[in-house]
Amino acid sequence: MTNHPDPSTLIGCPSCDAVYLARMPAPGERAVCERCGTVLISTRENAGLHILALSVAVLILVIAASFFPFLSINAAGMANRVSLWDVATSFRSGVLVLVSVSTVLLIVLVPLIRTALLVYVIGPIELGRPPLRHARDAFRIAQELKPWAMTEVFSIGCAVALVKVSSLAHLEFGAAFWMFTALSVIVIVADRYLCSWSIWRALEEADNA
Amino acid sequence: MKTARDMGLVTCTGCASVWPDGTDRCGRCGATLRSRHDNSLQLVWAFWATGLLFYIPANLYPMLVTSTIVGTQSSTIVGGAVEIAKHGEIGIAAIVLFASVVIPVAKFIAIAHLAISVRRGSIQSLHGRQHLYEVVEFVGRWSMIDVFVVAILSALVQLSVIASIQPGPAALTFALSVIFTMLSARSFDTRLIWDSLSTRNEDPA
Ligand SMILES: [Zn+2]
Ligand SMILES: [Zn+2]
Repeated sequence: MTNHPDPSTLIGCPSCDAVYLARMPAPGERAVCERCGTVLISTRENAGLHILALSVAVLILVIAASFFPFLSINAAGMANRVSLWDVATSFRSGVLVLVSVSTVLLIVLVPLIRTALLVYVIGPIELGRPPLRHARDAFRIAQELKPWAMTEVFSIGCAVALVKVSSLAHLEFGAAFWMFTALSVIVIVADRYLCSWSIWRALEEADNA
Repeated sequence: MKTARDMGLVTCTGCASVWPDGTDRCGRCGATLRSRHDNSLQLVWAFWATGLLFYIPANLYPMLVTSTIVGTQSSTIVGGAVEIAKHGEIGIAAIVLFASVVIPVAKFIAIAHLAISVRRGSIQSLHGRQHLYEVVEFVGRWSMIDVFVVAILSALVQLSVIASIQPGPAALTFALSVIFTMLSARSFDTRLIWDSLSTRNEDPA
């Protein structure tokens, strides 16, 4: 305990507090905490580029999917179809306001904001430019938002809704349902490329350069 | 195995960088540094209790109110799942029951177990509890399925007199219950699980 190594050469496990000498693993490999198994660093070839490409796809799909209908209904000659935009604007009663606001927030706005923040942070790094203003805050918020982006849960919700009123009326999936299903997959793939340690280090190096 | 605390250092939970003890803010990501979140357990219990409080009315009040030509019918979370099963869609009914009943109840039990065992300084199944925490964090969001279904159906099924669907009060209390249990899980500092190991090692009694 006499001479400490320089803290900047160390990495601490956020889950169990074990400390290691930080060493970038070879591309495609991961550094895992020996004690608790938490993945500390996971490198992938061209991770930034993949995340950027997938994020642009997410931004386009989320915006488009919000305006296309995801379900349509048919009963006794009457029909209706809804997009998430309709869900957001179909306020009728007090309870519904809060339920639809939180739905649109978790399905559209949070994923949209999180993806935009990731592009804002990773874009300049990939282009070899200095980070944009408040890039660190942007990345921290993007990481905080992760559990609140619920695109994939919504796809299952559509399927349940379809079955739930099948005795009442005939329901059909619309274009936006398939977009959301594709989105769920893209978001999961993009997150697998995202290594927070690598991005924090890149931000730090760019600032010190 | 040395922990940051043993070495007089503090780990940033935001970016995994390590700083000398007493540093206020992480120089890399700007997060507030705390060797341990001292009030972690208090926050966990406060959110846990709030979530549980909202979960009770969520099960008693109707989730959906369906009006058709033959009349108005309200269904609770469990009632709605039973109806789906009656239509022969056992798989979908199972998903709804799992997401709205099994996951929330299991989450309340799991978080309470984690908080209590940490308080006791238990050194049993450290890996098991770390995994339990990761599972709790991962599955929490799936409980929102039923809330989304209500939002979808209330917007979609508006066919004047033929059929219309309105959300019941349970839709809101259930959503709040899910959000508070997610906050409860996120307030838990998993380093407390592993701390009992170093306390036991120093103290041979
Ligand atoms: Zn660890
Ligand atoms: Zn940090």
